[in-house]
Amino acid sequence: MSDRRLVVVTAGLSTPSSSRLLADRIAAASVAALAERDVEASVTTIELREYARDLMDNLITGFPSVRLDAMLDDVASADGLIVVTPIFSTSYSGLFKTFIDVLDPKALTGTPVLIGANAGTARHSLAIDYAIRPLFAYLHADAVPTGVFAASSDWGDADGDTVRPLQERVERAARELAAAMAVRQSKPLAVDPFDPASFGDGSSVGTMLGGLAGF
Amino acid sequence: MMQFGIFTVGDVTTDPTTGRTPTENERIKAMVAIALKAEEVGLDVFATGEHHNPPFVPSSPTTMLGYIAAQTERILLSTSTTLITTNDPVKIAEDFAMLQHLADGRVDVMMGRGNTGPVYPWFGKDIRQGVELALENYNLLHRLWREEYVDWQGRFRTPLQGFQSTPRPLDDVPPFVWHGSIRTPEIAEQAAFYGDGFFANNIFWPKEHFMRLIGLYRQRFEHYGHGRADQAIVGLGGQAFIRKNSQDAVSEFRPYFDNAPVYGHGPSLEDFTEQTPLTVGSPQQVIDRYAAMRDYFGDYQRQLFLMDHAGLPLKTVLEQLDILGEEVVPVLRKELAVNRPESVPDAPTHAARVAEARAAETTVETAAAPEKEDTHV
Repeated sequence: MSDRRLVVVTAGLSTPSSSRLLADRIAAASVAALAERDVEASVTTIELREYARDLMDNLITGFPSVRLDAMLDDVASADGLIVVTPIFSTSYSGLFKTFIDVLDPKALTGTPVLIGANAGTARHSLAIDYAIRPLFAYLHADAVPTGVFAASSDWGDADGDTVRPLQERVERAARELAAAMAVRQSKPLAVDPFDPASFGDGSSVGTMLGGLAGF
Repeated sequence: MMQFGIFTVGDVTTDPTTGRTPTENERIKAMVAIALKAEEVGLDVFATGEHHNPPFVPSSPTTMLGYIAAQTERILLSTSTTLITTNDPVKIAEDFAMLQHLADGRVDVMMGRGNTGPVYPWFGKDIRQGVELALENYNLLHRLWREEYVDWQGRFRTPLQGFQSTPRPLDDVPPFVWHGSIRTPEIAEQAAFYGDGFFANNIFWPKEHFMRLIGLYRQRFEHYGHGRADQAIVGLGGQAFIRKNSQDAVSEFRPYFDNAPVYGHGPSLEDFTEQTPLTVGSPQQVIDRYAAMRDYFGDYQRQLFLMDHAGLPLKTVLEQLDILGEEVVPVLRKELAVNRPESVPDAPTHAARVAEARAAETTVETAAAPEKEDTHV
């Protein structure tokens, strides 16, 4: 049995939020789907609401607070990522985008990502594909084909999708995420740019300086 | 042993408490007055930034520093920073050698890449090559100051054949160079490679980051054979607002903080003072904060304070310098000298570097002498 780190980021604003509710469901389904593949997953769940000030301060000052820095490290080192944002004005919420904006643009390169979103009605469901998916394409993340959108009605029977209910969509996406995570090795530790070892002979800077100085 | 001084951004900023904005002329003259005051209160260094866009005035640092040099006797004149990316390294070599002669050696220089994106295209460069520009341009500058005639070809500047930069550095000893950086490990590596100083401008970021950046510089300094890691030449930024009573300092500075161009309208003064070296309070609070810096970064050589930004009126800045120079720095000098190992170098000065160069020459001559005798034998 091998281990993977699953990180869940939710941008819901109320407590508890529908985004968190959806995120927890997706996380549970993903852990189960990984277990079927004999992969044990640990789950770290991040509520962006708790970092709202830190995120905005980072935009203003250019540096993350110590706690935000630790959170961003968690995200960057995840073997798989589940993100859930409410849809505001046809797109991801401002809080969610601020999180993406302070994240190192290379942090999610190659990381399997499952995109979830929620809104009042199903009329917003394509926002996943026209607004959120391009964001992860830009970040060179590996977003799984199925995005999970939950309208308020999905949480009851009355108007929800009875042909393909929410839980079925959750499980399909979770299986895709599990497949993507299972075929990858556990994410190697990123090269630490401040580690003197990354400046040895043969490193790009060593080569540049060496070339200049005639060494 | 250590040098204490001030560095200025040269911003023209509206005083948020009065709504008054100084003219460019007033700001430029204020910078000169601040430099003269720095010498008067016993500080060691005055450094000016370089900018090419309003609301900043110091586009021409050696002109300003030359003018200040003529009116001072002791203070060391420097920059924070000189744009090694977009300036022609030939002109930097010449401007600072000229300044060095006029100021009788009271000059050093801090290289930086600049943080204003459009400056690169304005000077015909591409910001994506910022690090490469810094490496290549500095390599040329380093040679121009040390080699009489330079043949050179690179990617970013027209080639040179038999070029002699003039005037030659004073006493054939180039100005000491600091490499300034906030976040870039490549610049720490560059400083270490040449055995130059590394100035970590830590005023806007938490210390944890700079402990790693300075740690990298120190280790690589040793790797390149310039001395032990704890003998590398480190400078730090700082920022303070000081009044006799801590609460007076906080209430007077808060409107300037809340509206400051860089961090205003963001984190609270309390959060920012906790996360960065900004210290707003009594002289003793500032002393305690800065006396502890070496616990994180090791014994270091230069401490510069930002004292004159965010629209603070000249009168206030001059009062601040009085307190800094008379009540804070003398105590810091004493406290930071305690338990400072003998083997940690003093802050570099022209006189010391000349003496070092002469001593090295003598060593070479003495080493050569027996050989001469041998040939006679």
